[in-house]
Amino acid sequence: MPTDFTSQAVTAGTGTPAPIRKRRRTAAAPRVILYLILALFCVYYLLPLCVMVVNSLKPLGEITAGGMMALPEQWTLAPWSSAWSTAQVGVDATGLRPYFVNSILMVVPAVAISTILGALNGYVLTKWTFRGATLLFGLVLFGCFIPFQIVLIPMARMLGLMGIAGTVPGLVFVHLVYGIGFSTLYFRNYYAAFPTELVRAAQIDGAGFFTIFRRILLPSSGPIAVVCIIWQFTNIWNDFLFGASFSDFDSQPMTVALNNLVQSSTGVKEYNVHFAGAIMAALPTLLVYVVAGRFFVRGLMAGSVKG
Amino acid sequence: MGFLEIDRATKSYGAVKVLHETDISIDEGEFLVLVGPSGCGKSTLLNMIAGLEEVSSGDIRIKGRSMNGVKPADRNIAMVFQSYALYPNMTVRGNISFGMEMHKVPKPERETKIAQVADLLQIGQLLDRKPGQLSGGQRQRVAMGRALTRDPDVFLFDEPLSNLDAKLRVDMRMEIKKLHQKLGTTIVYVTHDQIEALTLSTRIAVMYGGYVQQMGTPREIYDNPANLFVAGFMGSPSMNLFPARVVDAGGAPAAEFTLAGGETALLPFAGDALAAQQGRDIVLGIRPEAITDEGGADRNSRAVHVVESPIEITEPAGSDTFVVTQWGGRDAVGRFRADVPARAGDRFAFAVNMEKAVVFDPETETRIA
Ligand SMILES: Nc1ncnc2c1ncn2[C@@H]1O[C@H](COP(=O)(O)OP(=O)(O)O)[C@@H](O)[C@H]1O
Ligand SMILES: [Mg+2]
Repeated sequence: MPTDFTSQAVTAGTGTPAPIRKRRRTAAAPRVILYLILALFCVYYLLPLCVMVVNSLKPLGEITAGGMMALPEQWTLAPWSSAWSTAQVGVDATGLRPYFVNSILMVVPAVAISTILGALNGYVLTKWTFRGATLLFGLVLFGCFIPFQIVLIPMARMLGLMGIAGTVPGLVFVHLVYGIGFSTLYFRNYYAAFPTELVRAAQIDGAGFFTIFRRILLPSSGPIAVVCIIWQFTNIWNDFLFGASFSDFDSQPMTVALNNLVQSSTGVKEYNVHFAGAIMAALPTLLVYVVAGRFFVRGLMAGSVKG
Repeated sequence: MGFLEIDRATKSYGAVKVLHETDISIDEGEFLVLVGPSGCGKSTLLNMIAGLEEVSSGDIRIKGRSMNGVKPADRNIAMVFQSYALYPNMTVRGNISFGMEMHKVPKPERETKIAQVADLLQIGQLLDRKPGQLSGGQRQRVAMGRALTRDPDVFLFDEPLSNLDAKLRVDMRMEIKKLHQKLGTTIVYVTHDQIEALTLSTRIAVMYGGYVQQMGTPREIYDNPANLFVAGFMGSPSMNLFPARVVDAGGAPAAEFTLAGGETALLPFAGDALAAQQGRDIVLGIRPEAITDEGGADRNSRAVHVVESPIEITEPAGSDTFVVTQWGGRDAVGRFRADVPARAGDRFAFAVNMEKAVVFDPETETRIA
């Protein structure tokens, strides 16, 4: 992660002189080709989304008639409302709404807690190091890369013992356990570059462990917190394996419910409803990127240390 | 009993001992400078006084109170860091008031104190800026301002000027000295710059390799270095140190050494500490200002002796000209008056004030005369 606290060189105002006309004209040709290629890839990546959106807005008849790629002749929001509140998901005709709520209830605490704990871990591992800290961090890292499948059965047993098997809190717990490894990794590496002298200065000023964390480190942690939140949110929201393994009918997350929606349709497959449901399942992660990505600001640390 | 006492304090990281048994004792109001090359343990010792590093063995006392187990915030010290360590997310005002806030100083009192400090350091117009918007010198002032709000028993400075450019460094050095004279607070100041050490201190501890090599007033350190390291480290240009041999010259001991051409020269010692030691190999130490042209020699000295020696190069430096010759196979630098017509290649008369000469044992590197 390129988090360099100290090297924000002062480059503003050192503009390069304007290039000579002739050179600009010859440079234009490669530039046009470059943009063409980029545009091509853009279309390539956007096409599936377009197809989904377009098909979620037409009546089923238009799709089964073979018009997958065409724009709707008759625009309708019916597939969306059906997917949201009335479609058959598994045994009940509840739509995806309750499962969407489940996912929110799962992902918000899991992301929040794992990010906070990761930040605390990173803080301790870099600024309050102790004998064996490196080994501990190694183990945490190892935890990041344990394949999901290996922990399924022990985890099921654990959740049973804790009395939260098949519940949303159970899912939160599972994702928390997995998420802390990554969030610790992010924050540790970020805080390793954070000037220790600031912590020492705060200690001399009389600030305690948590005050230093809250007043000195956290205000400078924006960029890494955003990275961590995006990563955790995407992973936890999109998870299917844990959701399918550790949830009951009433605690299923969105991903599992989407699968059930697609699988459980009796008779005709309502593709337009499926498309609408799939977009619904994808929207929150998109939203997180759009909203949080704006806070991806560097340079919060400029000037803390020598300039 | 001293105001600040370091009593057989040591510091080890695992098996590595970075600070060997150290004894330092200074009185209230003194300006102690810890000076030494990078890595010698200065910052470690300072951090131990601050409580940022634990003492591995021994004790540190401030006002007679043992600091073992006392948190940094409870030691009544203030510290200025090399990198200034200003909190980047707070304004200058926030930076200065943070410590008082932590010590639960009521707001009106904080405001008065901030105004006072801002006035003293002339940073009043900067109070609402963030550290990122300040120049190096301004940051330095703010860092000092933060320390000044505390009325501490001891100020600790860790190379506070090393990130400033040369001109600013000299200005700030003067300001720190003025500040010390005004406030009279005890200061412990770390630097690797021996000029800073000599100009600022009332007392110097020269450190090397985790040992305090010598402790004394600037004059003592400069005139009577305890060993070869201190002699070579303190002073600029540094002391000439070259091999010589003790011989008998008409009943009095003298130092014999070789010149560039292979011939030898004699310099009689001012004292007779080496009287019975003919034949002994020594390292002779003479500061550049004790090697002059004849007209520039110290008239109060009764031990000025002349050595005729070929000049290798001359370095005019405005007020003086530094003249380099070869003694004992080493470059020896003399400080001549600027208008002396000394030219490279000439054979010239070097007047040596032997009252200022010091002698070291080449094996133990300690002072013998
Ligand atoms: N946390 C540490 N662990 C191991 N060695 C250290 C640590 N901190 C400092 N040292 C070593 O202690 C010695 C003295 O360091 P320091 O006091 O920072 O020197 P300086 O005189 O340049 O301020 C150095 O050799 C350094 O490598
Ligand atoms: Mg240091």
